Amino acid sequence: MIKIDNLHVNVSDKEIIKGLNLEINAGEVHAIMGPNGAGKSTLASTIAGRENYEVTSGSITFDGKDLLELEAHERVGEGIFLGFQYPVEIPGVSNLNFMRTALNGVRRYRGEDDMSAAEFMKLIRVKAADLKMDMDMLKRFVNVGFSGGEKKRNEMVQMAVLDPKFAVLDETDSGLDIDALRTVSDGINAQRRDDTAILLITHYQRLLDYVKPDFVHVLANGKIVKSGGPELALELEEKGYADVA
Amino acid sequence: MAGTVEAKKQIEEATKEYKYGFSSDIDMEMAPKGLNEDVIRYISAKKNEPEWMLEWRLKAYHQWLKMEEPDWAKLNFPKIDYNDIYYYAAPKSQDKPKSLDEVDPELLRIYAKLGIPLEEQKVLAGVEGARKVAVDAVFDSVSVATTFREELKKAGVIFMSISEAIVEYPEMVRKYLASVVPVRDNYFAALNCAVFSDGTFVYIPKGVRCPMELSTYFRINAENTGQFERTLIVADEGSYVSYLEGCTAPMRDENQLHAAVVELIALDDAEIKYSTVQNWYPGDKDGVGGIYNFVTKRGNCKGKNSKISWTQVETGSAITWKYPSCILTGENSVGEFYSVAVTNNYQQADTGTKMIHLGAGSRSTIISKGISAGRSQNTYRGLVKILPSAEGVRNYTQCDSLLVSDTSGAHTVPYIEVKNPSAQIEHEATTSKISEDQLFYCRSRGLDEEEAVAMIVNGFCKEVMQHLPMEFAVEAQKLLGISLEGSVG
Repeated sequence: MIKIDNLHVNVSDKEIIKGLNLEINAGEVHAIMGPNGAGKSTLASTIAGRENYEVTSGSITFDGKDLLELEAHERVGEGIFLGFQYPVEIPGVSNLNFMRTALNGVRRYRGEDDMSAAEFMKLIRVKAADLKMDMDMLKRFVNVGFSGGEKKRNEMVQMAVLDPKFAVLDETDSGLDIDALRTVSDGINAQRRDDTAILLITHYQRLLDYVKPDFVHVLANGKIVKSGGPELALELEEKGYADVA
Repeated sequence: MAGTVEAKKQIEEATKEYKYGFSSDIDMEMAPKGLNEDVIRYISAKKNEPEWMLEWRLKAYHQWLKMEEPDWAKLNFPKIDYNDIYYYAAPKSQDKPKSLDEVDPELLRIYAKLGIPLEEQKVLAGVEGARKVAVDAVFDSVSVATTFREELKKAGVIFMSISEAIVEYPEMVRKYLASVVPVRDNYFAALNCAVFSDGTFVYIPKGVRCPMELSTYFRINAENTGQFERTLIVADEGSYVSYLEGCTAPMRDENQLHAAVVELIALDDAEIKYSTVQNWYPGDKDGVGGIYNFVTKRGNCKGKNSKISWTQVETGSAITWKYPSCILTGENSVGEFYSVAVTNNYQQADTGTKMIHLGAGSRSTIISKGISAGRSQNTYRGLVKILPSAEGVRNYTQCDSLLVSDTSGAHTVPYIEVKNPSAQIEHEATTSKISEDQLFYCRSRGLDEEEAVAMIVNGFCKEVMQHLPMEFAVEAQKLLGISLEGSVG
């Protein structure tokens, strides 16, 4: 589904990703682990198309299309979703309005009609209930005054509404208590299907107890230095990154 | 799929320019260019005005000649040649149309293009629960048609052009005209007194809640004509009215002058809600053309417990000089000012309010949101004045500025004068730049850059927008997006 080939990325003229290769097929869940500053979040932002993240060489192909040719919002239309490590507050914009605008933006990109308000409410009620989010939170301003756990759950609701083919979840597990971790994991597992792929970026093994990855990679100093099955995560948990990185 | 996106983009690109930029070929009747006693006599005669009105105008003209253009605002524009302007332009038509069927179809077509609900059916066919709106459209200088007049008449509401009111209700007009904004108040107000050609008069009788929103659409059409409307709204004891004003103007290279005066009077327990969405032509991307908007708007909360609320969304004009104000004369009267001012490209806005507290227990609220993009300059200028007689008054002011570009300016100039120690005054101000994180967050949810900016800006303006009547709020939201197009990157 997505193929990253010899990717090099500069941020503020400093090379952060230094020749990264990764291929993820439909139906797979991959986890990327690694020490702080390895380039995990840079990789996530680059896939999503953040400005000022300069790809100096290499390519990213998504469903056969050159992803780097597309703007951030077009990538969403193609079916890419980024779950933020630090979801951003947008004062004055209700969560409902935000999600509906997002969904309709994507639908329009795909040449579909806008979803009516009534239809959207039906959809959001179901998705929000799945993630134990009440209507009150949907009416509040986007992420404003949300706790860490609420923000992450909100990301999962957005993912469920947009129903992406490929989701990159950047430390979605950080700052969650055990109950919230379970809820969020349920959200991720619900998105796990034969026709979707997921890339989890995480520091810790504990998320992987709930969302079992097919592959685990270690990212260090801008490159993938080791790949393996789920057992690699357990090994890292035990020994740390010192041996591999 | 990529093709449709491309096509959509091209359409957007093509329509990005000023949406209302068209002018209409309609036979115009014009006064000679320039300003002198003869032109004023011409205007007065055209309107069949009584002698007292002509004298009043001439007096104002001589007053104006002695005055000077104010220069204290943070605005830069070339000297205006007041003799190079047409002061009167009217669509040529014989008699006043009796019904819509008699109105020039070309005129109706323009209104349709502007989206004005001139035909009653159109309004009635609106969204479920939509309130009725009565429209008084000012096309250049003359009010062309008023709708819903009959229904309003039943309620005892007077809603007509001010020229008609001068003839039909002279006592009332004489009593209140220039009672809030004196002739010599300022340069532009004096000019307006001399040459105003039309505008709106509203009177709400005692205890009447006006059954519908009243609305005037102003539109400047003829070349080199200034538009000088005059609006006078009187809300008698215990009455309520909500008034909407929308403005557009066609695209022209030259600058056009607009100097309006709006006066509101609220008697005991009366409430006036005045909402404006102003999108006069702002000039092109290089700052060529656009409307010079010098407006004096002021309300007098004359009676006890009276309330005047100004809500404005200002996105247009090359130059905006505008301070809708409240004189809080009555005991426990309330003044409110909610404002969104957006400037882009080379626009300049110097806008704000004055809250003058005379009455004991009077309260005022000021919420101002300024958004600056491109190379524009956006200034909030406000005065809160507490006179010795005003015991126990309160004011709350909040001024927030949002910078969309690195090349624009946001300025806040609050003046506070307190002559009664019991007053409670609060002032809060913030300036922020639209954050890259917010933009990226929106974009990573499928919004393109302009949609993202529009969404963040609309959120920023939320506190003001929620004070607009429903049907206006939707339009205003879209307008914010349109005004900021091309402002990012």
